[in-house]
Amino acid sequence: MSTDNAAQGGPVLRLSGITKRFGALTANDDISFELVRGEVVALLGENGAGKTTLMNILFGHYTADEGSVEVFGKTLPPGHPGAALKAGVGMVHQHFTLAGHLTVLENILLGTEPLWKPMLGRRAAREKVAKLSRDFGLAVHPDAPVSTLSVGERQRVEILKALYRDARILILDEPTAVLTPQETDALFETMRKAVAKGLSVIFISHKLHEVMTISSRVLVLRHGKLVGSMTTAETDRHGLAHMMVGAEIEAPDPSGARPGAVLLSLDAVSTPADGSRTGLDGVTLNLKAGQITGLAGVSGNGQGALAALLSGLVTPSDGTMSLAGEPVGPWSPRKALKAGIGRIPEDRHTTGTIADFTLTENAVLENYNLPPVSRRGWMDWRAAEAQALEIIDTHDVRCPGPDTRIRLLSGGNMQKLILGRVLENGPKIILANQPVRGLDIGAVTYVQERLIAARDAGAAVLLISEDLDEIIALSDVIRVISEGRLSPEFARGSKTPAELGQWMAGQGYDNAA
Amino acid sequence: MRLEAIARPSPLRRFGPPVFALALTFIIGGLLALAAGADPFATFGLILKGAAGSKFALLETLNRATPLIFTGLAVAVAFRAKLWNIGAEAQLYAGALATVIVGTKLGLPGPVLIPLMALAAIAAGALVLLGPVLLKTRLGVDEVVTTLLFNFIMLLFVSMLLEGPLKDPMGMGWPKSEPIPRGARLPRLVEGLRLHWGFGLAILSAVAVWVLQARTTLGYEIRAVGQNAEAAAFAGVPVGRVMVKTALISGGLAALAGFSEVAGLRGNLTLDVSPGFGYTGIIVAMLALLHPLGVIATALFVAGIFVGADSMSRAADVPTYIADILVAVALLCMVLALAFTRFRMVRG
Repeated sequence: MSTDNAAQGGPVLRLSGITKRFGALTANDDISFELVRGEVVALLGENGAGKTTLMNILFGHYTADEGSVEVFGKTLPPGHPGAALKAGVGMVHQHFTLAGHLTVLENILLGTEPLWKPMLGRRAAREKVAKLSRDFGLAVHPDAPVSTLSVGERQRVEILKALYRDARILILDEPTAVLTPQETDALFETMRKAVAKGLSVIFISHKLHEVMTISSRVLVLRHGKLVGSMTTAETDRHGLAHMMVGAEIEAPDPSGARPGAVLLSLDAVSTPADGSRTGLDGVTLNLKAGQITGLAGVSGNGQGALAALLSGLVTPSDGTMSLAGEPVGPWSPRKALKAGIGRIPEDRHTTGTIADFTLTENAVLENYNLPPVSRRGWMDWRAAEAQALEIIDTHDVRCPGPDTRIRLLSGGNMQKLILGRVLENGPKIILANQPVRGLDIGAVTYVQERLIAARDAGAAVLLISEDLDEIIALSDVIRVISEGRLSPEFARGSKTPAELGQWMAGQGYDNAA
Repeated sequence: MRLEAIARPSPLRRFGPPVFALALTFIIGGLLALAAGADPFATFGLILKGAAGSKFALLETLNRATPLIFTGLAVAVAFRAKLWNIGAEAQLYAGALATVIVGTKLGLPGPVLIPLMALAAIAAGALVLLGPVLLKTRLGVDEVVTTLLFNFIMLLFVSMLLEGPLKDPMGMGWPKSEPIPRGARLPRLVEGLRLHWGFGLAILSAVAVWVLQARTTLGYEIRAVGQNAEAAAFAGVPVGRVMVKTALISGGLAALAGFSEVAGLRGNLTLDVSPGFGYTGIIVAMLALLHPLGVIATALFVAGIFVGADSMSRAADVPTYIADILVAVALLCMVLALAFTRFRMVRG
């Protein structure tokens, strides 16, 4: 696979002057870099900085307006994902592309076997997979159906898939976002082994400590431009953060919580599993006024069920849910709103807003049926617009005006509108499900500060996140969820990330109350 | 080639394609006329003359547009909520049936009968759609299938009644109902012109639907459910109840088409009250982009083509099928054109 060029330590991959425009937006602006054999290069940047666009161009999903991609000295024809694969580039996306009902081996072989003899050479394939598994530390059973695997295991299958196709360059897009700390360490081990065997890795991330740990070089993207390129040794987290954002940032300070009365409690509550969603299994939880409770866990372990329960979408099948000590009766989103639960949903695009509605229409989504917005069945659009303008003003939602369709807003501004909608109602309890996922650092800081301010004003906050760092940074107390069960309550700083990681991986629950 | 979404369509991009679609419709129609051995320009001239060339022609077009406005509104209201009501035909017949039963069996004076017939029709149409929508909201049964099948059930049911209990004893054996009394017919909109109040009611209904959608809380709920039912449910909109209310409105509107045809135009019920007004209503609504006031315009357009083609066919010896083709082509071109208002083609 490798040519003389690469064997001599020349670049295995060269991007020259890549430019990609989407209308008025320049997603990639004249980006050039080289990747050499046996190195991990971290590609760092905020959401919207152009990382994913760049990787999509490299992989042939997009065609660059200018510039070219060379792999092992050969220019790739633009717009052909097959060509990149063939040239030895493998990509592991953030969202996996596996067929759940097929086995690990079948998933790996999918697309590599001739149609007319699908079973040809299965034995050889199995041996090759087993060898790759051993060599790279990717333990996974070849005959297990993918649907039975954990997220970490699925990621290993994706990497095996790329290696099986003889990838010499691996692109990992935010690979640690869904992993426990232990799984992250194992992934890093795999990356080290790959590099030792002469592969090259592009590691896309926005987690600075991981970038510092694993990469040998760092490329920083900001607003579509390559603003920094340096060896990891010559920089530090602070420098990288500064370069990534282009300004000094200060993490919000969550100290000084004064917990009060229990506002919402779950007593041995279970909810039914719903399709692929894990239900809750005898969960006991107390949310106290003036306290942020962080819920850590690998995605898909019942966070969705807990959020649906608090949102009013699901009723307990067993156990009692109480608000301020009173058991709740029939339960619905409207009841939840009436009880003073403010809800920031996990997916602001599909659940939090209606894309083709205007800001005004979205601003009143949760109180459209109440005065002053609605009187005797008639909408008062002036009152609705006033409410929207209030939110836009208070929370600095950047938009052309309240009549703009919300789909045209950036994720951060969309989230600010949702946050405003929640806070305007003066909620007693706030459910914040992944409130900062996919936001740029400015918006992240803003949302987090507002949540802390709401806590200080006496609200009980439940923060659900798959990002353990975020949980640790913000939470006054931490619970971990695994397969629908909750860990005991851990006070701030009482557990290390590694200890929490063990709970995330499902250890310790049998002894727990 | 791929399609790429456009965030902010320019005015040219928003209004250009529909105009282009209309032009393309007539180009294709012209080619068909040529194929039939007629001069395209003369053909379209004759269609226009037949649809609007005289007072008689124009009134005929307005009369034909009346049921199409009702069924178009019925479809537009339902589709807004992503309730795929394909059964306007069944609801129309239910409305016609209720009109005739109330009109012939109660023996009340005309002025009382007219509102009673209208209300009975609305109730009947709403009821016909209630079944499918409850099956959808409760059990997740696809309403496209149920509403479509109801069209056949309803037609056969009406046929059965017309052969049995509703059969006109003076009807010489034809399957038709007794006529409703003269005094219970819808009066002329303007004295001396063959245009009844059904047309006026259709226009009022369109305005009412427009006000409902733009100004009322229910209208907001309907739009929210249609745009994104998941977000609507999360925000506390009672999605099932909104669907049911939408169905009642939609079924009632379609039934008014039956009411207006029976009480305004024909006076009795036969099996050919509707030559597919329920189905054509879907085209009318789609061409109007589901806008209630647009429905008036597209219903007039479609009715005009049908009425015009009838008289053109007599004069130019081009088959009347050209009307069906023109309407179908118009719809296809419009759907395609709409895609281009929101997406652009990209190479690679």
